[in-house]
Amino acid sequence: MIVGRMFATLGAKAWIAILVLACMAVLVPVLHLTLPESHPLHVPTYLVALFGKYLNFALLALAVDLVWGFCGILSLGHGAFFALGGYAMGMYLMRQIGARGVYGDPILPDFMVFLNYSELPWFWYGFDQFWFAALMVVLVPGVLAFVFGWLAFRSRVTGVYLSIITQAMTYALMVAFFRNEMGFGGNNGLTDFKDILGFNIQADSTRSALFAASSLALALGVFVVSVIVHSKFGKVLIAVRDAESRTRFLGYRVEHAKLFAFTLSACMAGIAGALYVPQVGIINPSEFTPARSIEVVIWVATGGRGTIVGPVLGAIFVNGTKSVFTGVLPELWLFVLGGLFIFVTLFLPKGIVGILDQGWAALRQRRLSAALAPGTDAKTGKPPKSPSVPAKVPTIAFDRRAKTAPRE
Amino acid sequence: MHRLIAVILITIGAIGLISAGPAAAQSADPQLRSRIEALAEGGFAQTRVAIVALAATGDPRAVPALEALARGDLYSRKADGLVVITSKGSGRKYRLTDPLSGEDLGEAGRREVAKIKVNNKLRRAIRAALGGLTLTSPDPDVRANAAEAIFKARDAEQIEPLDAALAAETDDRICRLMQQARAAAILNSDRNETEKLEAIAVLKDRGDQGAVAALAALANSDAGPLAAASSAAIKETERNLAIWAAIQNVWHGLSLGSVLFLAAIGLAITFGVMGVINMAHGEMVMLGAYTTFVVQDTIRGVAPGLFDYSLAIALPLAFLVAGVVGLAVERGIIRFLYGRPLETLLATWGLSLVLQQGVRSIFGPTNREVGNPEYMSGAFELGQMTITYNRLYILIFALVVFASLLLVMRGTSFGLQMRAVTQNRPMASAMGIRTPWVDALTFALGSGVAGMAGVALSQIDNVSPNLGQSYIIDSFMVVVFGGVGNLLGTFIGAMTLGIVNKFIEPYAGAVFGKVLVLVIIILFIQKRPRGLFALKGRAVEQ
Repeated sequence: MIVGRMFATLGAKAWIAILVLACMAVLVPVLHLTLPESHPLHVPTYLVALFGKYLNFALLALAVDLVWGFCGILSLGHGAFFALGGYAMGMYLMRQIGARGVYGDPILPDFMVFLNYSELPWFWYGFDQFWFAALMVVLVPGVLAFVFGWLAFRSRVTGVYLSIITQAMTYALMVAFFRNEMGFGGNNGLTDFKDILGFNIQADSTRSALFAASSLALALGVFVVSVIVHSKFGKVLIAVRDAESRTRFLGYRVEHAKLFAFTLSACMAGIAGALYVPQVGIINPSEFTPARSIEVVIWVATGGRGTIVGPVLGAIFVNGTKSVFTGVLPELWLFVLGGLFIFVTLFLPKGIVGILDQGWAALRQRRLSAALAPGTDAKTGKPPKSPSVPAKVPTIAFDRRAKTAPRE
Repeated sequence: MHRLIAVILITIGAIGLISAGPAAAQSADPQLRSRIEALAEGGFAQTRVAIVALAATGDPRAVPALEALARGDLYSRKADGLVVITSKGSGRKYRLTDPLSGEDLGEAGRREVAKIKVNNKLRRAIRAALGGLTLTSPDPDVRANAAEAIFKARDAEQIEPLDAALAAETDDRICRLMQQARAAAILNSDRNETEKLEAIAVLKDRGDQGAVAALAALANSDAGPLAAASSAAIKETERNLAIWAAIQNVWHGLSLGSVLFLAAIGLAITFGVMGVINMAHGEMVMLGAYTTFVVQDTIRGVAPGLFDYSLAIALPLAFLVAGVVGLAVERGIIRFLYGRPLETLLATWGLSLVLQQGVRSIFGPTNREVGNPEYMSGAFELGQMTITYNRLYILIFALVVFASLLLVMRGTSFGLQMRAVTQNRPMASAMGIRTPWVDALTFALGSGVAGMAGVALSQIDNVSPNLGQSYIIDSFMVVVFGGVGNLLGTFIGAMTLGIVNKFIEPYAGAVFGKVLVLVIIILFIQKRPRGLFALKGRAVEQ
């Protein structure tokens, strides 16, 4: 009964997404590890790494969607939280290298030896322990978001002003992390990782495990966001998005709601970053560039803001397209990305999920009017190449409220 | 008949002279010649005596020999003991020239000449001697340099040549330099106290880092009243220098502020009137810069004589190009997104990507060369600081842009309509103002001004497809800081940020200074969320 209620509360789409992700977490590693390379169902290593990366991006997009889609805060600085989580993980991985670095120093990472550090800076203490690093992955972005959000929301900085100062925040961090004196490897960032929790980071099994972890983290993210959005608190969030002043006048503490969503979202972004770093093997300050953060927003917009599966689909779709284009026609990619920004905002305010819903609604209408005439199992438009396609799922009424794009 | 004999005699004489060669040259000025020859006689001590003797002649013709000696290019020919200046000849040979007449003496193998050796002590002596010799040069620049060289060397032996040169000097500026050099030399000599006190006063008037260095040695000695006087002079000079440094910072800050202002003012106008953020604003600046490039390129090919007017031609063109693009963007994209500022932000960001990539495809990803016209290059000195002309002109240009925009806003009916729409859009519309057209024209104006900013920025920055991006965040900061839709706010905001930036930089470093400024702005927004000069209204939300 509890399961039934949960199902009804969260909506079928979210459940399907969670299920698909859970299946992927099991299936992909199994297909990758057990089948021989010649087998048609074998998943090659590069695909595991690539899709693992996409799943982390999807989690980041979901985090942005939580604040933008459901709370109306357009953050152009979520890349910073992602990168901070990544740096926390990178620091752990650097400490794991130990004496195997080029300079063979048992404690100091290579770049510190190179820059003549005599001892480990204080903020590197503890990162040899995984539990500490894992804590920092959540804590550092969370605390930054809390302080930043507290300052911003308290003085009612909203709309484009907020967007711009979040952008300034990530820009400031980028400039700071580019400095060698910061003790985070400067321009080159952290790289040359050897192993994680004692497992070789290049090994197929480790990659599979990281993929599974990414998949499960995303599933957990989808679950958490669904629970929040469908709770009473979620309704307050949506009210803040649609009419902030009115919500305040009704007696809700708007700042608190926003601050909670912003902080939670930053923590999610940090986790995404932490899972991303061991899979790509490097973290450097370019992750802080404002352009990256804005790109995340367009993933959300493409997929459909204010929906739960939308950002996941959007992140996978846009990044998939990017992988194809940068491989085939690299000079055209920026035209495509720029065009996507314009096209989606002008013509697809509800994103891919919005189109699918419309198509589904129209289809159901036709079915109803055609009375009892089965057999026309018409397909709605399929979203381009994504592993989790909840296209044929009927929308549950509950979900619909979240889909009206607010006009500010 | 007599004539014929004369011609023959002269011809014979000439042949004789030519065949005599070095011997004839040697006889040019026997006294000077013998003093130069003395350089090659014996060890360091004797060479030093010879250098001082040469300096005492005060004859500028000795300068090339001394310079060559300092470089280590002065040799003596083993065959006849003639002192020669060498340079690299063909193969492993030296090309010899006469130090006095500059006459070519042919080539010689390495073993045929012996180098006149110098050590550091000698080099110092040579520098001092050169200073003294060049003091009497007919070229004022050479005299000024010589005085500066003595000032730096602080050689007590130069006091007398300086006194002689001072008596003959007519140029005020060089006269002052010589007096300062003399003062520095006196401090380093064993002259009496009154003269040294006078010298301290002269150096105090000079008041730069060099004067402090000249005084420092005395201040650290135990010379009683002299030490006290010079440390007092140092203290005052350093205070003056600190003031000059502050003025220099203000100037750099104003210069940076004028650049920020130019980049941000268009943004402030569009943001103020329409409430939308144009993320492609930086690309309008870039378009202006590339217009300048195209104009200069065309001028180079068609009419190189017009190059000095290239900026004057580029300015209206850049305004037009960027303005037309802006108008097209407003009509094509932004007007569909009114009331949705966040979506506008995203769409214009996409546009900026497209424009950047477009320019990259057409002009290539590398920096394009935009030249400075004659009047924009160079610099001049003002007190203790240097002002470059291009920075000065950009500041003036920013002021002109500011004034003309104020004029447009205050003095024209379009400006009136613009202000009306900024303050209350529905009411302005009800009064019969065609708000869509005001929007379109405002956007075109803002973009056009950005284009003109691009012309100015092309003079001090690299013209590359990323030009706009590097300014966009700073421009936002200016707008957020100065307050929206307010020209004065933008102006003061830009100048304040520029100056604050330059004052933080020396303490925190250029990069960290930037971070600090961003943090300061974020904190500032806490206090005044709508900027320095916020529009006053009664609505809860604007």
